[in-house]
Amino acid sequence: MWAYTIRRLMYSVPILFGVALVVFSLFHLVGGDPAQLLLGKHATAERVAVVRAELGLDQPLPVQFGNYLKEIVTFDFGKSYTTREEIRQKISDGFIPTLCLSVPAFFLTALLSLAIALVVSYFRGTWIDRVSVVFFVFLMSMPGLAYILFGQYVLASKLGLFPISGYGSGWGDRVHYLALPVLISVLLNLGSDIRFFRNSVIEEINQDYVRTARAKGLGEFLVYLKHVLKNSMIPVITYVVIQIPYLVLGSLLLESFFSIPGLGGMTVDAVNNSDFPMLKAMTTVISIIYILTTILTDVLYRLVDPRMSFGKRG
Amino acid sequence: MWTIALRKVFSKKIPMICALIIITFVVIAALAQFFGFASAWDVPVGAQYLPPQLDGGFKMWLGTDILGRSVMFKVIQGTRVALSVGIVTAFLSAPIGIFFGCVSGYFGGLIDDLIIWFITTLSSIPNILLLIAISYSMGRGMTAVYIALTATSWISLARILRGEVIKHKQKEYLVAAESLGATHQKRIFKHLLPNVTHQIILSMTFMVEIAIRSEVLLSYLGLGVQNLPSWGKMIDDAKGELSTGVWWQLSAATVAMFFLMFSINVLGDYLRDALDPRGSV
Repeated sequence: MWAYTIRRLMYSVPILFGVALVVFSLFHLVGGDPAQLLLGKHATAERVAVVRAELGLDQPLPVQFGNYLKEIVTFDFGKSYTTREEIRQKISDGFIPTLCLSVPAFFLTALLSLAIALVVSYFRGTWIDRVSVVFFVFLMSMPGLAYILFGQYVLASKLGLFPISGYGSGWGDRVHYLALPVLISVLLNLGSDIRFFRNSVIEEINQDYVRTARAKGLGEFLVYLKHVLKNSMIPVITYVVIQIPYLVLGSLLLESFFSIPGLGGMTVDAVNNSDFPMLKAMTTVISIIYILTTILTDVLYRLVDPRMSFGKRG
Repeated sequence: MWTIALRKVFSKKIPMICALIIITFVVIAALAQFFGFASAWDVPVGAQYLPPQLDGGFKMWLGTDILGRSVMFKVIQGTRVALSVGIVTAFLSAPIGIFFGCVSGYFGGLIDDLIIWFITTLSSIPNILLLIAISYSMGRGMTAVYIALTATSWISLARILRGEVIKHKQKEYLVAAESLGATHQKRIFKHLLPNVTHQIILSMTFMVEIAIRSEVLLSYLGLGVQNLPSWGKMIDDAKGELSTGVWWQLSAATVAMFFLMFSINVLGDYLRDALDPRGSV
């Protein structure tokens, strides 16, 4: 296991370098002048020159790339251009609110959709199954923004069941404020999850070993519980596990609509303010954490599933 | 295989209806794009925030927005934007994905390693951040949206195709073609590609859907289309309107987007089942 982990970490070095290269070329080469973007079209030439110097954009490109790599290694990205706060501090402050929203939503969605998928696949072929499949595609096809707007308007501002937006410092406050965004997030992802889980359960039902189990006289319910459920969990767990790295970024829309001070909302703010250093740092840091989480989940996944080896290509 | 699959899909009612809905959207978009249908969307047709009404004609059916413009015209222009984003993205990223997927799976070795490195790098940056970074640095606007969506969409197709090509490479028909002296080009284009076409078509359906959804998100961030109404911008505008009781703009854009997404989803499902008998349920 350790050998595998270390090998994966070593493989990730060229990937990290690639990410740095892509982000650097996007922000420094491809685009127009970041200083100009930041100040808007009507800024004077002198003002642009000052900001360029301030952001280190007047140096030759290799030096800028070197500085950028240094920023990554020391995890010191300077100050946000709009709020003048340390970016490092802002990013580490953003983790908890993001995870408070994304982790409960993630687990609730997974559990709820698994339960519903099991029930629905038990009734496969009947009208219950057909109607619910249509309903799940219906849920999937609604635009995400519409869920947020209707949810916030109907449940929070009309019916007053939830606070409209905000975030608290204590745990009680957090539950109070995060209940609605978590609920909306669950609804947003429920449709596609159930559909996927249902299909993987039903795929197992059509296998030969299930027929054998039925043939030897095992009742349908026991076949379901003992054989189908266990085997259909493999694609389900894989599907759930690959979503874990996304939890760090959270939901841009939900966080910004409900004013949750997490990483997603910060990204939206950075875009709105054209905060070039902040946006670059966010992209870099979240990608790094994303890569590390992917490695972590891969290692854990191999610990759980004995058939996956820690072997060379595995 | 294709005729059988298509006959299988369109002998049923539901996929037929979905196809008709999609065709209707395409026709509306084409009318708006090429014949100037609803091009007067930025001309006020009445007072501010008129609710939907039957008198006043077609343009008043969905009411007016904050500047008194026809919501109906805006939805139509939005259809045009959504479909062009979806179709352009799919047709730009498919060749890129096919090229990298085939080359990497077919030749293997150092080329494969390099392409895999590139693909892994790009997919290590969460999709939405890559989208934002590209459209931010490209400057706001339609071209930036096309480029950003294309740059993120080809990756999954390349990955799927690479796997398929590796699987097909050892099959007898390709070995036979090789022993008959077929060139690499011939083997890829004449023998390999026709066998993976269904994967390409399914991926492209998926790309259209993702592209339309992403356009809404980018528009919300102000990085999307600039001088045309889009569904994303209409939904975004509705943020402040809903509390004053103006529901028609939000509903119009939501319903339009919903019908298109629903049809693409359902039709895609039927196509997948028909083309890939193993995965049918």
